[in-house]
Amino acid sequence: METQHPTRMGDGALTRMTRSELRADLEEGTLAGAKRAKVPPLTAAELDHLLDIWASPARFSAVDIGDEVVLTYDGSGSKTVGTRTQDLQIYEQMFGADSVELAHVDYSFKAVKTILPHEAQNMKDAQLVLTVPVMYGAMPNLGLYSRPDGPAPNWSELLPLARIDEARAAQEEAIEHAVKDMVNVADAMWEAGADGIDFDTAGAAGDGDLLATLLAVERIRAAHPDMGIEVGMAGEFVLGVHGRLEYQGVRLAGLWPRQQMELVRRAGATVFGPAVNVNTRKSGAWNIARALTLVKPCMEVAEIPVHMNVGMGVGAVPMSSYLPLDAVSRASRACVDILRLDGL
Amino acid sequence: MARMQITRGMRIGEAKTYVAERLGVTIGDLSDPLAMADVRAERRLGRITTFEMSYPTESSAMEAKFRIAEVLDVPINCVRRFREHAGIDRL
Repeated sequence: METQHPTRMGDGALTRMTRSELRADLEEGTLAGAKRAKVPPLTAAELDHLLDIWASPARFSAVDIGDEVVLTYDGSGSKTVGTRTQDLQIYEQMFGADSVELAHVDYSFKAVKTILPHEAQNMKDAQLVLTVPVMYGAMPNLGLYSRPDGPAPNWSELLPLARIDEARAAQEEAIEHAVKDMVNVADAMWEAGADGIDFDTAGAAGDGDLLATLLAVERIRAAHPDMGIEVGMAGEFVLGVHGRLEYQGVRLAGLWPRQQMELVRRAGATVFGPAVNVNTRKSGAWNIARALTLVKPCMEVAEIPVHMNVGMGVGAVPMSSYLPLDAVSRASRACVDILRLDGL
Repeated sequence: MARMQITRGMRIGEAKTYVAERLGVTIGDLSDPLAMADVRAERRLGRITTFEMSYPTESSAMEAKFRIAEVLDVPINCVRRFREHAGIDRL
């Protein structure tokens, strides 16, 4: 009888699977990703390597010495234990973070805009006591620009009523407001001494959300040639909530990670973070195989660093509040080993 | 290496090569925390401090970033701002 190995499901639940079952899930996962995105599946050798990682009983898994990569973070200065600056220092001094991110708990550019001077002061103060690069991060969160939270009509209400043209116009209006806010925040952070800015969950509200991000990146790059700009996606596929939006002649609806990366690079970003959402009903093995299949095409053409999003609910890390180290370390190692990423 | 990626868009291999050359170490040394602790001390790039390992007479934080900017020949925004605000005319 085959040995049953401890492993995790996509929701973090601990289960046991045999080597054969893990292999079957890896194969199913990669084929699912390949079929969906019309990209090649992982090779047999890659699946073998993943199987070795997932069939191990070790609590922790890691890359080989010499294969270490750079880590960027979201929200490492979020006032979890001490002040936000102290939290950043904890990340640097106690966790060995390569970079940190100052952020507000109301993690949206629209919200941050209203307290911008205070945020910029925090950035300046943090830069005095940190050695690692300090980014500032928030989400484009286009939905906040629709009523009742924002000025534009609510396209989520208009779409079910088949008022498509109005819904599109509403998103286009929201995009203008969002771009303005993102550029304003980036300008202020640069003036305060920030090393860079992170647009987290770009595309979360669909193609309009991604377009707002790309336009903001373009303007920020033009204004600040030396500023670090990271764009982290919300998911593997850009939803066509508007359906007709384009950036530099490329329709945004339906883009997968490779095409997302190309546009992010063209806009002027220096780091791209693909995201692949976890299926909580499937095993971690299934999820990692699918995630790697979808992101692998990026690496073949990457001209800027790729820092895959590997965290709660993305990158084959379970969707659970407390992340099991066995799952996080396996997913992280797999991403680096197979994809040869520049970071996480 | 994080700086080379975030501000210069260098891929990991290029960043490791660049940093190793600037620091006068091997790429393998970059993975060795003991070796890098010595390098950081010698070049005043800042080190992790704990109760047992305190370095009050060494560069840290903003001071270290001045050194990092010079050693790696990379512009650091907050270093430039600090110089402007403090009225320092030269690096």
